[in-house]
Amino acid sequence: MRIGVDVGGTNTDAVIMEDTRVLAATKRPTSEDISQGIQEAIRAVIDELAVQPSTIDAVMIGTTHFVNAFIQAQGLAPVAAIRMGFPASRSIRPFATWPTHLRDAVMGYDALIEGGFQFDGSPITPLNETSLLEAAREIADKGIREIALTSIFAQVNSEQEERAAEILRDVLPGASVTLSSRVGRHGLLERENAAIMNASLRPLAAKVAAAIGKALADLGITAPFFVSQNDGTLMSSAHLLEMPVLTFASGATNSLRGAYFLSGVGDALVADIGGTTTDVGVLLSGFPRQSSMHVDVGGIRTNFRMPDILSVGLGGGSRVTQSEGGIAIGPTSVGYRLTTEALVFGGSVLTASDLAVAAGTLRLGDPKAVSGLDRALVRRGVDEFHGRLADAIDRMKTGPANLPLLLVGGGAALVGQELPGIPDVIRPDHADVANAVGAAIGQVSGEVDRTYNCGENGRAAAIEDARSRAIRGAIEAGADPSTVTVIEIEDIPLQYLPGGARRIVCRAIGDLAAIRVGNHG
Amino acid sequence: MDKKTFIDSAMIGDIAAGAAFLGTGGGGDPYIGGLLCREALDRFGPVELMPLSALDDDAAVFIAAGVGAPTVDLEKLMSLDQYDCAVRVLERRVGRKATAIIAAEIGGENATAPIAYAAMRGLPLVDADGMGRAFPSLQMSTFSLAGISCAPVALADEFGNTVMVESQSAEVAEKLVRPVVTAMGASAAISCYAMTGAQAKSAAIPGTISVARTIGEAIGHDTASNKAPVARLIDALESVLLYRRARQVFRGKIVALSRDTTGGFVFGRCEIESPDRQSHAVIQFQNENLVIEIDGAVAVIVPDLITIVDFDTARAIPTEALRYGQRVAVIACCAPPQLCTPAALAVMGPAAFGLTHPYRPFDDSPSTTSKGERNELPTIG
Repeated sequence: MRIGVDVGGTNTDAVIMEDTRVLAATKRPTSEDISQGIQEAIRAVIDELAVQPSTIDAVMIGTTHFVNAFIQAQGLAPVAAIRMGFPASRSIRPFATWPTHLRDAVMGYDALIEGGFQFDGSPITPLNETSLLEAAREIADKGIREIALTSIFAQVNSEQEERAAEILRDVLPGASVTLSSRVGRHGLLERENAAIMNASLRPLAAKVAAAIGKALADLGITAPFFVSQNDGTLMSSAHLLEMPVLTFASGATNSLRGAYFLSGVGDALVADIGGTTTDVGVLLSGFPRQSSMHVDVGGIRTNFRMPDILSVGLGGGSRVTQSEGGIAIGPTSVGYRLTTEALVFGGSVLTASDLAVAAGTLRLGDPKAVSGLDRALVRRGVDEFHGRLADAIDRMKTGPANLPLLLVGGGAALVGQELPGIPDVIRPDHADVANAVGAAIGQVSGEVDRTYNCGENGRAAAIEDARSRAIRGAIEAGADPSTVTVIEIEDIPLQYLPGGARRIVCRAIGDLAAIRVGNHG
Repeated sequence: MDKKTFIDSAMIGDIAAGAAFLGTGGGGDPYIGGLLCREALDRFGPVELMPLSALDDDAAVFIAAGVGAPTVDLEKLMSLDQYDCAVRVLERRVGRKATAIIAAEIGGENATAPIAYAAMRGLPLVDADGMGRAFPSLQMSTFSLAGISCAPVALADEFGNTVMVESQSAEVAEKLVRPVVTAMGASAAISCYAMTGAQAKSAAIPGTISVARTIGEAIGHDTASNKAPVARLIDALESVLLYRRARQVFRGKIVALSRDTTGGFVFGRCEIESPDRQSHAVIQFQNENLVIEIDGAVAVIVPDLITIVDFDTARAIPTEALRYGQRVAVIACCAPPQLCTPAALAVMGPAAFGLTHPYRPFDDSPSTTSKGERNELPTIG
C-alpha cells in the first residue's frame, strides 16, 4: 500500500492506494508548517482504513511549498553565483535581471570567470582554475555555503561545471553546489536563474524534508518518502535536498497524472476545475505535455521543464456579473468563502455554482435560494460557462484530432452540457482528489537535452546516444531497469547552424525499483 | 529651432515590440537586446535620435549589428565591447571615426543593438535603417541597392579576434562571411557598409526607429480610442505612411506547422484556419515570413511585410514561438517603395527566395479585395 499526498495552498489531500485502487481519501486544511498538515491528513486515511502504519510501502508527496517560498522570498539562503564563459556573456551579470526584493534575499556573491563552451561543445576557453580558487576564497570569507555554477552551453558539455564543482567541494568543505546543466535547458540566463533559485532553496528543503521524515516516523511509518517533480515523476527525499526547484510545477502535474491514472486514458485533454481557476493541460502517453516557452517565476525568467498549462479564471466560486455587453463569469471568485457567500448557502453573491444548481446540474446547498432566478439569465450564464471552458480546452489541443476530455477537480460537477468540439467527456471516480492520486502513482525519469553537431548522416547515432543517456538517467534516479522505456524524443534542427546541428531532447521513465506501480492499459 | 529627440530606457520596450513586428517572424528574441539596451542607456545616458535629413553630408555613419544564430546568442549574450571591436576595426580600415550609428535592419535584435552601442559611444543614432524590415542576407539592403559597398566587412568574436572581408559585391561578402561566423561560434558582431552622411541620405529608409516605437506604443498602450490591439496596430501602421497600406489579411487558429533546416536557414510553413473553418491560409517562411496564400491564392508576398500576431494582444509571434492552437491575426503591409523597384525586387523579391510567383503589391491583389472590407482603391498599372 502507498500513500499519496498533495499539499496545496488551501487543502492537503491524502489517499491510500493499493495497486490501482483508491482505498481511502481525505481533505484537510494545509498548515503553516506543512509537515503538520501532512501528518493530519495521513493519520485520517490510516485511521479510516485501520491499517498498520508499518505496512505502508511508500509515501509520495506533491507540494507547491517551495515555489511559494521562493516567490514570497521566505527562508531563502544567500547564493554565490559563478558563471564560466568570460569573455563571452559579460554584458549581463548574474542576478542583473532579478527583481530587487529577490536579489536582496538571494544575491550573496557573483563572479564571471574564463571558461564555457561553443555550440559544438568545444571550449570557448579552458576553465580558469586560478580565478575559481580566488572566487572560492571570497565565498569562504563571506560565509556563503550555497553555490550555483553555470557555464555557457553546459547543456551541450557539462565537463567544466563538473570539474569546478569538484574543486569547490575540495576547498570549501560543507559547501553545496548546484550545476546549471542539471536544472535547466538552452538559454544561459534562464538556466543560471534556475540554478540560483535551486541553491537558495536547499537549506529550506533540508528543513522541510527533516520535518516530513519526523512526521512520518511519529505516525509509525517506516517507508521512504518521495517528492513529485515538475514532469510527474518522483525524486527521493535525498534528491529533494539537492534539487528542490524541480518541485515548482508539481501541483498541476499531479492533477494531470491523477486524471490519467483514474481514467486509464493516456492521451487526453484534462480540465481541473477548482474554486477560482480552471487549469487545462494535455496528456501525451500519460504524461503532461511540457511547455516549450520560458516560464516566469516571481518575475524571473527560467526555462526548466514545466507542464504546458492554460489557467483561466473560471471555477465553482466565480462571480457572475451582468452588463450591457452580456453576462460575464469570473475572473474574480469568492474562493473558499463559497460556503458562506454563494446564494445557495444563504449568501448574496451570484456564483457559477448557483447557476449550475438553478439549471439542475449540481446539487449543492439550498436549491430554493436560486429557484427565483430569471430562467433566461441562468440559460445564458450556463452557456457562457460552457463556452469559455470549451474555448480554453480548444486552445490547448495538440492537433486537429479529437482527444477525449478528462474532467477533474471539485468544480467538475458544474459541467452539465455538451462542450462544443469535445465529443468525449470522461469523469473518473475520485476526481476531487486526482492530484493526491497523481502523487501516489509517480514513476522516475531520466532526461537529456543536448545539441549534437552531428553532420548530415549522424542523426541516427545522435538519437541513439540521447536514448541511452536518458535510460541511464532513469536508472540512476532509482528505476527498475526492466521497466524503463523512452517516452519522448524531440529532434529540433538549429537555425543558421551549418552541418546539420540539432538539439535532441529525450526522456525515459520507469517504475521505482523499490515498488512496482501497477498501471492501466 | 528643431528640438532634439532622445531615446531613454523607458522607450525600449515599445521599440523592441515594434521591431519584433517589423522582423516579420525573424530576427531573434528581443529579450536579450532589450536588456542590453536598458543597461547601456541607464549607464551611459539617453541617445540622441537624429533624423536622417539632419545628417551632415560628410558624417561618418557606421553600422553595429549581430550576425549568426539567434539561438547561440541566448547562451553567449553578445556584449557592447564585441560590437565596439567590429566597428573600431572597420574605422581603422577606412580611416574615419564614426560620427553617427545606423541600424542595418529595423527587425528583431538588430534594431535595438545599435541603440545600446550608440549610447556607449556617446554618438547619435540615425532614425533610419537599410531594410525597413528584416532580411536574412547582407546584400538584401537599400545600402547595397544605392551602390554603397558592403565591403570591407569587419567581424569580431567575444575575444576581440577580428576578420576583415574584402569583396567585389555584397553577394560575395555574404558567402565569405557565413563560414567565418560559424568559426566564431555561430554568432558574431558585424560592421559593414561604412558610409558618408550624403550616402546614408541617398540610401537609407528614413524614420524607421520612430516607426518601430509608434507601432510598439500602439500595441502596448490603450489610448482613448478603446479599440482592440490589432486595430490599433493597423491604425499605427497606416498612420506612419512608410508602409502605406496595412490590413489584417487573415485571422484564425494555427492548425498545422512544420519547420526544417536546409542550407543554414529554417524553412517551414504554418497553416491557419478561419473561425468558421471555411477558409485556410498557408504562410511559408525562411526565417522571415515570405508569402501567404489564402484558399490557394497568393495574397501577400515578399518584400511586403507579413507578420503573425497574437489575436488578443497584437504582439508579434516569432517563427520559433509559433504553436498549434494559437489564435492569431496575420497583418500585412506594403514594403517601403525603395524595396519595390525592379532592381530591389531582383535582390529581395520572391525570386531571390526561390518563389515562382511574381511580386504584386498586396492591396492590389484581387484575392484580398474580394473578401471582407472592400477597399475602394484606384487600379494601379
